[in-house]
Amino acid sequence: MSKAFWRRFGRNKGAVLGLLVLAVALVLVVLGPLLAPNDPWDMVQQPFLAPLQEAGFPMGTDTMGRDIYSGVVRGARISLLIAVVSTVVALLIGVGIGAVAGYFGGWVDATLMRFTELFQAVPSFALAIVLVAIFQPSVGAIVVAIAIVSWPPVARLVRGEFLSLRQRDFVAAAQLAGLSTPRIILTQVLPNAASPIVVMASLMVATAILLESSLSFLGLGDPNQMSWGYMVGSARTVLRQAWWMAVFPGLAIVLTVLALNLVGEGLNDGLNARADGRGR
Amino acid sequence: MNARLDLDAVPVAAATVPVLTIDGLDIRLPAGADRALAVQGANLQLLPGQTLCVVGESGSGKSMVANAIMGLLPGPQVAATAGRILFQGQDLLQLDEAGLRQLRGSRIGMVFQEPMTALNPVMRIGEQIGEVFDAHIRLPVDEKRRRILAALADVGLPDPELLIDSYPFRLSGGQRQRVMIACAMALEPALLVCDEPTTALDVTTQAQILALIKDLQRRRGTAVLFITHDFGVVSEIADQVVVMQTGRIVEAGAARQVLRAPQHAYTRQLIAAIPQGHARQPDSDDSAPLVLQVQDLCKTHVTGRGLFGRGRQVQAAQDVSFSLRQGQTLGLVGESGSGKSSVGRCLVGLSPFDAGRILFKGRSLLSGGALMRQSGGKIQMVFQDPNASLNPRQKIGSAIAAGPIAQGVPVAEAQARTHELLALVGLGPEAAERWPHEFSGGQRQRICIARALAMQPELLVADEPVSALDVSVQAQVLKLFAEVRQRFQLAMVFITHDLRVAGEMCDHIAVMQRGRVVEHGPTAQVLGDPQHAYTQALIAAVPRLAA
Repeated sequence: MSKAFWRRFGRNKGAVLGLLVLAVALVLVVLGPLLAPNDPWDMVQQPFLAPLQEAGFPMGTDTMGRDIYSGVVRGARISLLIAVVSTVVALLIGVGIGAVAGYFGGWVDATLMRFTELFQAVPSFALAIVLVAIFQPSVGAIVVAIAIVSWPPVARLVRGEFLSLRQRDFVAAAQLAGLSTPRIILTQVLPNAASPIVVMASLMVATAILLESSLSFLGLGDPNQMSWGYMVGSARTVLRQAWWMAVFPGLAIVLTVLALNLVGEGLNDGLNARADGRGR
Repeated sequence: MNARLDLDAVPVAAATVPVLTIDGLDIRLPAGADRALAVQGANLQLLPGQTLCVVGESGSGKSMVANAIMGLLPGPQVAATAGRILFQGQDLLQLDEAGLRQLRGSRIGMVFQEPMTALNPVMRIGEQIGEVFDAHIRLPVDEKRRRILAALADVGLPDPELLIDSYPFRLSGGQRQRVMIACAMALEPALLVCDEPTTALDVTTQAQILALIKDLQRRRGTAVLFITHDFGVVSEIADQVVVMQTGRIVEAGAARQVLRAPQHAYTRQLIAAIPQGHARQPDSDDSAPLVLQVQDLCKTHVTGRGLFGRGRQVQAAQDVSFSLRQGQTLGLVGESGSGKSSVGRCLVGLSPFDAGRILFKGRSLLSGGALMRQSGGKIQMVFQDPNASLNPRQKIGSAIAAGPIAQGVPVAEAQARTHELLALVGLGPEAAERWPHEFSGGQRQRICIARALAMQPELLVADEPVSALDVSVQAQVLKLFAEVRQRFQLAMVFITHDLRVAGEMCDHIAVMQRGRVVEHGPTAQVLGDPQHAYTQALIAAVPRLAA
């Protein structure tokens, strides 16, 4: 990344803050077991322990005496893993379909876009629930479900970018130089469409975290993995007795999603060279 | 500055009070721009009924002056920091937004460069002119309509009754510019600011618009501040001239004086760079082998074809025929929409043709993508806009070498060729490691030429390669074209709307109108003794330097 990029990114204070929050989340993912030695599934104390009541349990315990702090720290790993992997899969599908549709146009474009609309016509959350229910809840199934419901907007975006970039003279020059079509798509057009794709990807990670949490909340998460969504879901019956059970994992979700959105906005500023010297 | 002195020397000026006086104007640029001040210490005076041309190349700050008068500077980073702009004794820089609004449209009118975007596409012509009246005076509806019709008739538009209820898309570029002028002149302002109003127009339309501005000025006594980069336009219209270079006024004076005896080196350089349209003497003999033969080429564009309806057909090329020998250049000349670019794109295979034959070195080529494969990169193209024809995310070296590598040339050899070509077009080998945005427009066009030459082409199609460039840069790029043609014995198809450029570059000229070649012959014959009425009109419309 260039110096100019970081200067523009740094001008957006919210984005810098978001980046810091994401760095903390990354530390949790990498060092999780070291920071929270308790297994989040083990009953280690009496149930319904309020935060800070007992040394070593800063966020209290849940209905079965499990450590909430351990759950929040270790849950980061599974929540972010699912979000990032499903976003990568969705990008692969979306960029592939969008690029082919936008570059070739005509009936190829029409066919692929009708196919995309097929997915857009179904409410995405309902589709995700159905997919997870069919596959049996597991990390793999959740990743696939989230990827399948989130690629259509990417395909739309990439198609639009390709449609306009396709008309540029440098693409014509590459054709005249005898470059093969896949090469033109990968080396000439795609790098120029990268900025909006990167920005969208950061926002998709945020949406994926929310989707995963919602699925877990409904009991469709992987039963062997402690995730933030599952913790909020299991707290809902005792919300009035033990607020801390829902608040801490909920806060983790809110902060991470907010940070991703802020970073996405910062990336937008940073990658948009034309915004230099204007606004803010 | 000697501007004041020269102006005072003009006898007419002595009696009258200037409409506009600019005094020591500084305009700052945001930090990180190539210079601190866009305009530095600008002084000028404009008398009633006179035309002052501000001339300069892109980036000289000439448009900034116009925007400062209208209060259109994109503040707060770009703003006037010193000096005064006195309009009828009132300092425009001290006025607030409300005060400026009072003047804009009523006392000062402005015409912009791009007529295609200056009009609101979903508003009728009459309503757009009516807005000028609504903003400043109260008029009864029928009176307003009468005055709008009068304004339309005044700028020479046909059928004002019909036009008043039309939408802008039905009008051509020249007609839209007339509407813009009608808007600007509706309330008979004392000052008309024109920012390159004819740059986006064809040469015949340009001549009509210039005549219109001159005529309106004569009848109304309006003072005109005319921003342009074209000394041909200056000689047609100006009373006074101010020449700007990188934000400073380097020369000012009466138009005749500046054009005949330019004092400053930069002015002399600008005037010398104007293509004179001297017909080039063909230097290649007619025994050279034929590179390109085009026989009865036809191309029809179909627009707006949907699920229903058959779409509109436009004949872009009808029975176009010509041939070209090694080392020769053919100029395809015509106005926008004449089909000259369509023919160029068919020749290189970027768009398919419908009928006819293209023979390259005696071999008949298929149309479209198949043509590209058959020619093996030996037919290359240089595009109009050097900003759009280089991939912004690809380094120069890799952009030039990509073609030969794709054709199977070893990487090391392709890189050696790249450095050789960069040297040939006047750039150092370190340019290979840099990005397109680090170069100016002229340098980018040189890079594009190097990229085309890297394929070792035998036919080069140049589609308006200099029309997006400043006049002095244009001269350098044309010289480069002539050099490479000589050195590589290239056959060239040179597409241009500028007869002066065509005259200097081409051995033969084919004039196109609405998809047909209406005149074709050696350059000296076509330019010196035009047979077809359209060619004669084109030649008559070229602005000349005769003072």
